[in-house]
Amino acid sequence: MKIKLAQEEINSSLIKKIERISGEDLKMCYQCGNCSGGCPVSYAMEIPPSQVMRFLQLGKVEQVAKANSMWVCVGCLQCYSRCPKGVSVAAVLEGMRQLTLRKGEDNQKIQDIPFPFLKKAPQQALVCGFRKFVS
Amino acid sequence: MPRIGVFVCQCGNNIAATVDTKKVAEEMSKIPGVVYTCDYKFMCSSPGQEMLKQAIKENKLDGVIVSACSPHMHEKTFRKASEAAGLNPYQCEITNIREQCSWVHHDSTKKVGTLKSTDLTRMTIERLKKNAPLKKIKIPIKKKALVIGGGIAGIQAALDIAEGGRQVILVEREPSIGGNMARLSETFPTMDCSQCILTPKMVEAELNENITLLTYSEIEKVDGYIGNFTVQIRRKSKYVDEERCTGCGECMEKCPFKTESQFELGLNKRKIIYTPFPQSVPNVPVIDAPNCPKIQKDKCGACAVVCGPKCIDFKMEDKIVTEEVGAIVVATGYQLMPNERFGEYGYGRIKDVISGMQFERLASSSGPTGGEIRRPSDGKVPKNVVFIQCVGSRDEKKGVSYCSKICCMYTAKHTKLYSHKVHGGQSYVFYMDIRSGGKRYEEFVRGAIEHDGAMYLRGRVSRVYEKDGKVIVQGADTLSGSQVEIEADMVVLATAIVSRTGADTLAQKLGIGYDKYKFYNEYHPKLKPVETVTAGIFLAGTCMGPMDIPESVAQGSAAASKVLSLFSADEMAREPITSVVNKTTCNACWDCVTACPYSAIERDTIKNRQGEILRWVAKVNDGVCQGCGVCVAACRSKSIDLKGYTDEQVFAAINAF
Repeated sequence: MKIKLAQEEINSSLIKKIERISGEDLKMCYQCGNCSGGCPVSYAMEIPPSQVMRFLQLGKVEQVAKANSMWVCVGCLQCYSRCPKGVSVAAVLEGMRQLTLRKGEDNQKIQDIPFPFLKKAPQQALVCGFRKFVS
Repeated sequence: MPRIGVFVCQCGNNIAATVDTKKVAEEMSKIPGVVYTCDYKFMCSSPGQEMLKQAIKENKLDGVIVSACSPHMHEKTFRKASEAAGLNPYQCEITNIREQCSWVHHDSTKKVGTLKSTDLTRMTIERLKKNAPLKKIKIPIKKKALVIGGGIAGIQAALDIAEGGRQVILVEREPSIGGNMARLSETFPTMDCSQCILTPKMVEAELNENITLLTYSEIEKVDGYIGNFTVQIRRKSKYVDEERCTGCGECMEKCPFKTESQFELGLNKRKIIYTPFPQSVPNVPVIDAPNCPKIQKDKCGACAVVCGPKCIDFKMEDKIVTEEVGAIVVATGYQLMPNERFGEYGYGRIKDVISGMQFERLASSSGPTGGEIRRPSDGKVPKNVVFIQCVGSRDEKKGVSYCSKICCMYTAKHTKLYSHKVHGGQSYVFYMDIRSGGKRYEEFVRGAIEHDGAMYLRGRVSRVYEKDGKVIVQGADTLSGSQVEIEADMVVLATAIVSRTGADTLAQKLGIGYDKYKFYNEYHPKLKPVETVTAGIFLAGTCMGPMDIPESVAQGSAAASKVLSLFSADEMAREPITSVVNKTTCNACWDCVTACPYSAIERDTIKNRQGEILRWVAKVNDGVCQGCGVCVAACRSKSIDLKGYTDEQVFAAINAF
């Protein structure tokens, strides 16, 4: 993959917004890879947590937005508890989700969920799921 | 009949595991002349040494053999113990039955090891029987030091020696002392201005009455040995009388010609009569003879006309001065590898690709832009600057395989300086690893990234080219796994540190060692870091390899303390293992003179009472002789012997085998 780096992207308002929502300073990450190493769902992510941080540092929000990583993250905060710099990747991914959801782009449509599943699933799980995937 | 004592050491299990020490001792007691034998667990321990002393006294021993580890380890210990018991220390000999016997054998039946130890010890006994008592050689010390190189390490060494009350000659190749540090803008990690902390030291060196500054000078020849070096120094012609020059600068003002300034690394011009930088020490200009029309073609001469004290002399010639010194500190520093070697970075081809040192000049308030970051091509303030690390360093194929150590730190400093000076600018750093070991260094680099917004990219740059007034940089960011392209305004290369041109020639003049990169070798990388194999010559700073300012200063001080401790005694004792010439058989063929690698053999005469020369003979200078034995092998008439290792002794040892 070839990317062009530009100051406007690295310091874009979108990046600032993610930082504001998540409360994290993206520059703090020094790419040790501890988050990717410990993440219980990292195997299912198209871009592992540490690379999510890297792409955002480079200002490449689009790369992260089109990957499934932010939807796969379950917010267990293992990454945060292990991070030597105290960065919460989970919070950053929540920021990414918010960016998408606030545009009204839902990850799941409630009507597409099979009815038997809706009946079977615990209520709390459904509420959480809706909160995470739906605007 | 000699009275010899043999002490066999078990060295815990180091020797005893494969050698039956008791049996070795028993065997030795059968040899005529051996009157006392024993074996012991640790001969080098205090009780072991006590045992040795007591045995010497009780048995009236006149020779002692300790069969133990290598003489490198404990020869001194046992000789000292023997001396304390009233024996001549050189009557104590060591047999190495550890490194050369027990450690190389695995036979737990101890058969082989015991046999070999017995043989080795027997050889030493026969050699010892032919020993002559020796006395340490005392040589006087000239208490004046020479420091070669007036960079920060050399200045520090000179200042410390002068503070200790000894005379120092500080020799510098350039017209001013200060070295590379004088070029720097700020220093990491404290960001204090380099010149502000350096110039007071330069001035101190000039004013200190114990220091003689010889700038614009080079070492021509070095003779002699520790405590007694004779050094010839070439004082290159400055064409300006240093004594009379007041440093008014009128000449520089009036000089109508300009050329590229080496100090500003080509970023600015200077006059033909010049001082490298405004705070030069001494503040005496020199004339750049090859570029001066007066000297070359007898035209102009404006400087001489305006000079008030009339101190310009176009006919001045190089002078050779001879100095006698007791110790030498070598602090010749480093230079940067030529960047042109790396075509992919476009240095020399693309104007806005500069070296790190050039960036220092751009950022320096005394530099060509007065401290504003402006790119060389059109003087614009660059909005995107790419820094490339490891240019030449860690590059076995095209550069050098070592790490230049300071680039990570100074590049972080550059990004900080850049962000402080150019608001809204973006810096990018391509790196392989960030090496920031040192007090407050890692925090400094993180500060550059976290607070000053430097974008660090892990990967090397493989192509730099120009397009529409921009410098396009193509590299990689392995952390995101992508190829990266940046439209930059300026590119700064963190070039490898290499040894000074001519470092090898100087080393040969001094007789010190250097590695394949022509960095000088310390005696021992850990335990003798500022000493060289040549006694009396010490090292400091980057002539040994890449290092930062704190390290260079520490080494300057370390070398100075070595010099001062050498100077604290009036004379110095040396090992008496030197060659001696038998004057009656020497036929003056001078083969030994040519063979001696230390120039320790002189031509001497034997005269009669009337003072007429009867014969020429060779004579060994004990102060210089290192006891290598080359002359012994070269001598055709077998007239030279090495004390402590005479032919007679060696043959006795071989015959005993």
